[in-house]
Amino acid sequence: MPGLVRASPTQAALRVRNLRKTYNDVVAVDGLDLEICSGECFGLLGPNGAGKTTTIEICEGLTEADSGEVDVLGLRWSSDAPALRQRLGIQLQETQLAEKLTVSETLRLFRSFFHQGPGAEEAIRVVQLEEKRDARVGALSGGQKQRLALACALVGDPDLLFLDEPTTGLDPQARRQLWDLIEEFKAAGRTILLTTHYMDEAEKLCDRVAIMDHGKTIAQGTPRELIASIGVEHVVEFSAGNAAVDLSGIRAMAGIRDVRTENGNVLLQVTELHKAVPALLDELTRQGVPLTELRTHSATLEDVFVHLTGRHLRDE
Amino acid sequence: MSKRNFTDHALVQLTLMRMREFIREPEALFWSMIFPIALAAGLGIAFRNRPPEVLKIAAVTPHLAEALRREKLLDVMQLPSELAEQFIRTGKVALVAEPGADGSVIYRYDDTNPEGRQARMLADQAIQRASGRQDPITGNDQIMREPGSRYIDFLIPGLIGMGIMGNSIWGPGFSIVDARRKKLLKRIVATPMPKHYYLLSFLVWRMILLPVDVGVPLGFGILVFGIPLRGPIVALVGTCVLATLAFSAGGLLIASRVRTIEAASGLMNLSMVPMWILSGVFFSSQRFPDLVQPAIKALPLTAVIDALRANMLQGSGFAQIAPQAAVLGAWLVVCFGLSLRLFRWR
Ligand SMILES: Nc1ncnc2c1ncn2[C@@H]1O[C@H](COP(=O)(O)OP(=O)(O)OP(=O)(O)O)[C@@H](O)[C@H]1O
Ligand SMILES: [Mg+2]
Repeated sequence: MPGLVRASPTQAALRVRNLRKTYNDVVAVDGLDLEICSGECFGLLGPNGAGKTTTIEICEGLTEADSGEVDVLGLRWSSDAPALRQRLGIQLQETQLAEKLTVSETLRLFRSFFHQGPGAEEAIRVVQLEEKRDARVGALSGGQKQRLALACALVGDPDLLFLDEPTTGLDPQARRQLWDLIEEFKAAGRTILLTTHYMDEAEKLCDRVAIMDHGKTIAQGTPRELIASIGVEHVVEFSAGNAAVDLSGIRAMAGIRDVRTENGNVLLQVTELHKAVPALLDELTRQGVPLTELRTHSATLEDVFVHLTGRHLRDE
Repeated sequence: MSKRNFTDHALVQLTLMRMREFIREPEALFWSMIFPIALAAGLGIAFRNRPPEVLKIAAVTPHLAEALRREKLLDVMQLPSELAEQFIRTGKVALVAEPGADGSVIYRYDDTNPEGRQARMLADQAIQRASGRQDPITGNDQIMREPGSRYIDFLIPGLIGMGIMGNSIWGPGFSIVDARRKKLLKRIVATPMPKHYYLLSFLVWRMILLPVDVGVPLGFGILVFGIPLRGPIVALVGTCVLATLAFSAGGLLIASRVRTIEAASGLMNLSMVPMWILSGVFFSSQRFPDLVQPAIKALPLTAVIDALRANMLQGSGFAQIAPQAAVLGAWLVVCFGLSLRLFRWR
């Protein structure tokens, strides 16, 4: 892939300061700060309506901010728009490309807008759509459409790639395929800003993430740092059927950081799993409560979000 | 990187997109060709030149009937007077001739009906001649039924103008609203594409389609009805080009902000229907009051149709149709300028 050598990794590819945007009475972005280094993959993680799309579209120069500063690749939208456009690769949330064009026609069209870049055929190869190169866009599956949208973002050989929910609505296999592609771009040294509300996606792809809620970042760092910051390594979830559990007894156990109930299940955030589980079993036996279900998992960004907001990223 | 050739130019690619979207929509293709032909054929048949009509009249006495029958353009029935009365009331005859006092003749007819008035003239002439009137001057008739003065000759330029207007406004209008709805517009402006290329591609594509837009009704008129092309062809082509540009710019302006197909349809109809009526597609716009004539003349469709008729029927060249060309040029500049300013990409 051309353009392997990128700017030095410490330089900021994107810098956002005190960004604000309101739609009528809705505050979509509320004093946001971000700094994305060259060559890193940065994730904006947040629930529906957190302001991810608004933020990314302001950075893309598609939406005007009410106030705040945005530096992209050291340039400003107000003065350097044409030069900037040549250097960005953009995938919007829910764009429908022209249905009657074929894959290769679509890519030739997008390629024609840029001074330089890999060419339609190479972009098709990169996103593995060779078999579909002459298929109409309207006849592609959801995953294939997303890969084509990604290819459209790549034909200008961008220095900075914006991906707004690249895998939303895809089945697990198609998601994994897209993740592999994005990992390849990372390996090629591209800077990527992506938004998602899948914590596993952010954990897998992103060097750093910012967790957004109500237009603000409520936490920022590497996925590991964020998970470590809540001081919890594991989550234990159990159900006692219809029997009443005395939660205060459980709270009193050693190594328990937080106890909450959810849909009749009890969730415990614990630091040391090997001590917490036996203690929990003893406590339930002591209370004479039968255990109908017991599950544990390592803490994830989802748990960070729950810890910070008391809500889940996605309302299932 | 390979050397860039002509087809790698953004404007060429955008125009190719227009073309592909058009030819891959078979219904649209079919209707845009078939509709003008069907309309021209239908109207051409409806208003074909008929032999002069024979008027039906009634006479109450045999004497009157005999005198009237000498006029070939009258079809005379001899009827009793009550029946004659009933026939004229129901419009079965245009006039009833009855004997009056002292050998005079009474003509009963509706003077607001042209047929009645014509029957009155013919009947009176026949009766006067039958009673011995000598015309002091002999008139000889020379019949003119030449191409160029028939209804179809008047109609075809109107249909060409209407076709250019419809295709140029609907075509870009719907594509743009659809692309805006699907956020394709937003995606395209997120690229470095110069924005005016996108709008220009519609004008370029209409230019490419122009031979079809104009050629279909014109060719049909020439082949089937033998309509004349008396003026310079370059002036005809020039008028059509200018008209296409002006109406396409109008289509862009209409589509510059609307988000739904319904709203776009409404606006398009709102702008086109008055012109269908006022601009003289089917009948001369001179029939509207003098007061509104300047406004009618300023409409782009009036300008195209007047210029086409002047060119095709009266042989006018550029010099004579300059005022119409100026009207079209003004619409083009204003609409394209406004749509560049007003256009919403999302
Ligand atoms: N064009 C708009 N007009 C009015 N309100 C808007 C507009 N765009 C976004 N909003 C509001 O701003 C808030 C943030 O929206 P945004 O699309 O940025 O969220 P998001 O994080 O991308 O959500 P999702 O995960 O659903 O894509 C929401 O409350 C939304 O309703
Ligand atoms: Mg979004």
